[in-house]
Amino acid sequence: MRVMVFVKATKDSENGVPPTAELFEAMGAFNEELVKAGVMLAGAGLKRSAEGKRVAFDGPRRTVIDGPFAETRELVAGYWIWEVKDMDEAVAWVKRCPNPMFGPSEIEIRPFLETEDLVEMLGPDAREKLGMA
Amino acid sequence: MTAGEADSLTETHRAIEAVFRIERARLIAGLARITRNVDQAEELAQDALVAALAQWPETGVPDNPGAWLTAVAKRRAIDALRRGRMLGRKHAEIASDPANGPAAAADIEAALDDDLGDELLGLIFTACHPVLTPDARAALTLRLIGGLTTDEIARAFLSSEPTIAQRIVRAKKTIAKAGLAFAVPRGAELAARLPSVLEVLYLVFNEGYAATAGEDLIRPSLCAEAQRLGRILAGLMPEQPEVLGLLALMEIHASRLGARTGPDGALIPITEQDRTRWDHLLIRRGLDALARAEALGGDGPYVLQAALAACHARARRAGDTDWPRIAALYDRLRLAAPSPVVDLNRAIAHSMAFGPEAGLRLAGEIAGAGALRDYAPLPAARGDFLFRAGRLAEARAEFETAAALTRNEREKAFLLARAQACGDGS
Repeated sequence: MRVMVFVKATKDSENGVPPTAELFEAMGAFNEELVKAGVMLAGAGLKRSAEGKRVAFDGPRRTVIDGPFAETRELVAGYWIWEVKDMDEAVAWVKRCPNPMFGPSEIEIRPFLETEDLVEMLGPDAREKLGMA
Repeated sequence: MTAGEADSLTETHRAIEAVFRIERARLIAGLARITRNVDQAEELAQDALVAALAQWPETGVPDNPGAWLTAVAKRRAIDALRRGRMLGRKHAEIASDPANGPAAAADIEAALDDDLGDELLGLIFTACHPVLTPDARAALTLRLIGGLTTDEIARAFLSSEPTIAQRIVRAKKTIAKAGLAFAVPRGAELAARLPSVLEVLYLVFNEGYAATAGEDLIRPSLCAEAQRLGRILAGLMPEQPEVLGLLALMEIHASRLGARTGPDGALIPITEQDRTRWDHLLIRRGLDALARAEALGGDGPYVLQAALAACHARARRAGDTDWPRIAALYDRLRLAAPSPVVDLNRAIAHSMAFGPEAGLRLAGEIAGAGALRDYAPLPAARGDFLFRAGRLAEARAEFETAAALTRNEREKAFLLARAQACGDGS
């Protein structure tokens, strides 16, 4: 199964405090381990939300909002996409990640919606639309 | 124990088992190098899991669980080895041979210090050793590296559990008899042995790719397993262009898995697939791996096949496909990996790039060499070339020949319909 792993932002990451050399190295080692285990599909760090934009939708209206955004704990500072056997394996991998931030921080794991999930959500008609046998 | 405590214990056990699954292959690899015995290595690894299940719920999961499991298992391996050697001393004259004394102990120490990635690679190369048949290599690799059970492997290969179990037992015996060292070959030997590893990965992948809808889900999951093995191999041998080529080939092929069948389960040809449903993450990964392989100067069969797959992956619409490039790649592939089937695909590519006459000429060469006799795709391709050249009567005859040769009912119906479309041939 495929999961997306979000490294959540903190005050430090939102303020653009750079990681220490040690953290940078530890993160590099962790990434290398992910690659050698065949788990890593993609991943990147993101710039702070001050450099981001949001587009708000309301009916036909589109409003562009400039960063930074307030709810720091809900912001994403980086992500990975992993291929794992199950959520237990994803959790085991996240546990061995070095703490990506200086203070307390959070990493969130979200499984991808697969075609079968879509069929379950959308009903049997979706099966044909999605070209499933 | 309260229900809550029981729940948290189950959760701890699941967490431990997840850690074990991550470590298992590396653990077995390190142990096999010490014991030179796959069975024993598997048992010792299992013992380490049992030890963890007993201890970790009390002490918590250690900071470096992999190192903990390795240390426990290796200590037991060395104990077992010492016991074995004592026993040996009692029985045999080898006790007087100094080579079995301190030097052997030093070997164990050296094995303990070895780089873990190297050990895993050594296990992969041993499981894929050319002394084993490709089928045996595939079963053993899925068992040892993939962690699949014998039952899962049997279902995946549409075989019975006893057959696969026997295949694995025999493979382990062959490895023991050949005295394989569970080491990574070096230099020229590496170049000679790598193809038998890549062959196994591609065999596993194709077995999954051949699975059709409605079959046991374990079969299509072979593709994912082969991709995972390919990613591991590429992570451990990033300087080998053919490893990257095979990985690229598998990633790009797998990107089409969701788009290659219609609602009725029939295969959709690549030119007619809905390309928005291709997995673009896998395509990007495939193109990246291919670019790295080409930067390393790779031009082996897997790199060339990946380059061919990439031509389709890069085209946003079927009409954008770079057929002259595909034709040129087939010209190179038939030199790197000569086969009549490659020649036939080359003929088709040339017909797409340079017109039906070019295809007919190359198809004529294949038939002239006496290859692919009774192979339905050859007259089917000739029929297509003739049809496009406006030679309908000849096209009809070729389609009818192809229809008579194929054993696939769906394909037969398709070919007869094409014959019909040629009219009465006048």
